[in-house]
Amino acid sequence: MTTILLPKRQKRFTGKKVSLTISAWVLGFLFFAPYFQMLLTALKPKEEITSIPPTYFPKKWAFENFINVWKEIPLGTFIKSSFIISMSATLIVIFIAVPAAYYVARNNFRGRKVFLFLVLVTQMFAPTALVIGIFREIAKLNLVNTYLGLILVYAAFNMAFSIWILSSFFSSIPQEIEEAAWIDGCSRVSTLVRIVLPLSLPGLATAFIFTFIAAWNEFVIALTLTSSPEQEPLTVGLTALIGFYQVQWQYLFAGSLIAIVPVVILFGLIEKWLVGGLTAGSVK
Amino acid sequence: MLKRKSRLGAFPWIFPALFMIFGFVLWPAFEMIRTSFQDVSSSGITKGWAGLENYKTLLANPDLPNVLIRTFIWVVGIVFFTIIISLPVAQLLNAKYPGRKVVRWAVIIPWAASVVMSSTIWKWILDPYYGVLNKILIDLHLYKEPVDFLANPKQSFVWLMIVAVFVSIPFTSFVILAGLATIPDDIVESSTVDGATAWKGYRFIKFPLIKPALLVAMAINLINIFNAFPIIWVITAGGPGYETDTTTTLGYKISFRDQDIGQSASMASLNLIIILIFIGIFLKVSKSQERNS
Repeated sequence: MTTILLPKRQKRFTGKKVSLTISAWVLGFLFFAPYFQMLLTALKPKEEITSIPPTYFPKKWAFENFINVWKEIPLGTFIKSSFIISMSATLIVIFIAVPAAYYVARNNFRGRKVFLFLVLVTQMFAPTALVIGIFREIAKLNLVNTYLGLILVYAAFNMAFSIWILSSFFSSIPQEIEEAAWIDGCSRVSTLVRIVLPLSLPGLATAFIFTFIAAWNEFVIALTLTSSPEQEPLTVGLTALIGFYQVQWQYLFAGSLIAIVPVVILFGLIEKWLVGGLTAGSVK
Repeated sequence: MLKRKSRLGAFPWIFPALFMIFGFVLWPAFEMIRTSFQDVSSSGITKGWAGLENYKTLLANPDLPNVLIRTFIWVVGIVFFTIIISLPVAQLLNAKYPGRKVVRWAVIIPWAASVVMSSTIWKWILDPYYGVLNKILIDLHLYKEPVDFLANPKQSFVWLMIVAVFVSIPFTSFVILAGLATIPDDIVESSTVDGATAWKGYRFIKFPLIKPALLVAMAINLINIFNAFPIIWVITAGGPGYETDTTTTLGYKISFRDQDIGQSASMASLNLIIILIFIGIFLKVSKSQERNS
């Protein structure tokens, strides 16, 4: 009887598998489609962009848009600003979050609960919600239109996530390994640097990339705190193009793609850990 | 257990973090609430205390009631549809089929890309003359003539919500996916052996197990969507008038367009209270849910 049943079951299984594969691919395409549209628009010559009705694919592929965009808009300056701001904010976050997360993971000190509560509060406050307060403060500190203003704000608001994820990584490392190092005469700091950190590289990478991308993509605070093309990061600089009388959509999208592609690759690289890190807090 | 203690204790380890939290999160929060009680000139100079004057002006704003209702629809609607759609999406991302890695990367894109840039491309897709959506709908013979999707405020608000759901699904479904990944295969298998249908297996075995991840995703979405600014700002700028504004964009308009910083600070302070209420309701509902199950 089993011999008769098996092929039938297998056949049903393949049918299911085909429909599953198709629906998954359609799903993937739906999420990819707008960015594909971005690419197609970025590759159309100026005249074709404003043709009615629009074309699906460029009649003439204007690959030169990706070269001209650097001259037409200050894309290089935007990228430089975005990079300096995001990198500095990320490094500050790592340097501050690592010791805090390590101490929290390993010690039960007085005020630990209060500290964790403060971290949670930080995570709940979106910078957008506090934009007026941030603007007033940064104006008082004379940091409007400076990299430093944005760096400090981004570092402060993204620290919470890094502390959470790093402390969950640190707690997963058996303390015995560290104790052995202490017996060998290692100090607390050198145990952290030489033993714990190398073992938590995935956590560090996740915290690093996540913070970097959050800073790279931020818009509201940057829009509020910068007003000259010299200091504007990509998000603000590119969207400012929409305000112009004649929007140069091809350059806007070419610039956007140049900003998006590296970030998507970074994100894909940490996908495995990112998901684990996100739920680390919820499982506990 | 071996312990190494220094006299300073926790202080040197957590001081920098505390400095950042107090200096750049709590201070601005305090500053904002204080400003909401001040009379600030359009150039940003504090002229003195204003008492409740800013709040009175704000509450007298004839557009405010509608904006509040819209904010409620915005948050509840987007969180609801995001979760409903993300559940099957996560199943698809978790299933085994050829090219799963590529599909996962594709779904990651809207999460990794800046929301501003995603909003820009949607604005372009929805464009009445040059946008591709009209072209597709006409080629499918669903429409005869191009339509302006953003012509009336109600319709454009729906489109804003669709875009918001679109950018929220990736994060949400990946969090659910993480929850799914923790379920051992044999639990699901044994339920099928016991004769449970696929739906029953999902509803009674899998769903309760992914609930913690789901709640985290909901809480984070709640905060993100309430504060979602770029989508509205880029696509409609809250217009026409204030008809597609939420409290977040309204607050921004009052401060940086109307230059009324005091009143805007009171709007933002009111926002803080609203989000606290949202979170409070959420915690209460999720707690009672837990008790029931």
